[in-house]
Amino acid sequence: MPHDHDHPHSHDPAMPHRHPPLRPDQDDTVTYWRAMEIAVRGLLIDKGILSADEIRRAVEDMDSRTPSLGARVVAKAWTDPEYRKLLLTDGNAACEALGMDRGIYKLVVVENTDEVHNVIVCTLCSCYPRWLLGLPPDWYKSRNYRSRVINEPRDVLREFGTEIADATVVRVHDSTADMRYLVLPSRPAGTDGWSEERLAALVTRDSMIGVAFAKAP
Amino acid sequence: MAGADPTDPRFVAGDAVAVRALYPLGHVRTPYYIRGKRGVIERLCGVYGNPEELAYARPGLPKQPLYRVRFLQRDVWPGYRGRAHDTVDIEIYQHWLEPVR
Repeated sequence: MPHDHDHPHSHDPAMPHRHPPLRPDQDDTVTYWRAMEIAVRGLLIDKGILSADEIRRAVEDMDSRTPSLGARVVAKAWTDPEYRKLLLTDGNAACEALGMDRGIYKLVVVENTDEVHNVIVCTLCSCYPRWLLGLPPDWYKSRNYRSRVINEPRDVLREFGTEIADATVVRVHDSTADMRYLVLPSRPAGTDGWSEERLAALVTRDSMIGVAFAKAP
Repeated sequence: MAGADPTDPRFVAGDAVAVRALYPLGHVRTPYYIRGKRGVIERLCGVYGNPEELAYARPGLPKQPLYRVRFLQRDVWPGYRGRAHDTVDIEIYQHWLEPVR
């Protein structure tokens, strides 16, 4: 029923009547930090240190990064034992070897096996290998995930649908300082002889954070 | 004796260490839950500017060796509900670590 509200107004069909918009006209809030960002950005542009276009391009570049970059790295490591060795000893060099950014932080890659299941968190904030996976998902930054995965990881993994065998060590990595982490998930069974490209489609963001396994073929 | 230069790494992989139970104010990267706990050095990550200084736009000197330290979850959380062999690896700067003999 279109008129189940109780405010008085004319229902003369010749008079367009007013409802609150479905989305408020002012759909933005200027918080303290946002106001500071706007002010600093304005100053940098006014002083000729950065241009608006450079800032836009940096945002565009960040938004263009997706977990498909990480998936290429993982698929290559699944098919090339030499590359896998490089990835586990020098993650940044391994990114570079595929023509990707090295990243400005040191990349530590941890490998999931039948013996160990790795999962990544940043309990202090939201550290994440953004150059390789793009922006972290909202849940990764939530207090719920950050405070719980550190002390009840098996329960949290179960909520993600990921059951870890009792015999497997669950190893949480708290990304508290200058390292960034990527999980190298286990290669799914039944993918013998698959191309890197086909394998990469099985590698999801969540499997590289460690809250899930790579997709089954 | 190493230690004359605070940027010299004092520990190697496999060393038993304890995290200092200190509660200073300011920007500290050592989470509360790990202070006072005992673990084992997993690897030396490198030598980095001290974030407790960098956060205040100071030069971060002396730099600090940074380690990944591995702890058994049951040593970190009383009543840990997972398996006894589960672990947590954390990055800790050297000035927060002391040797355990």
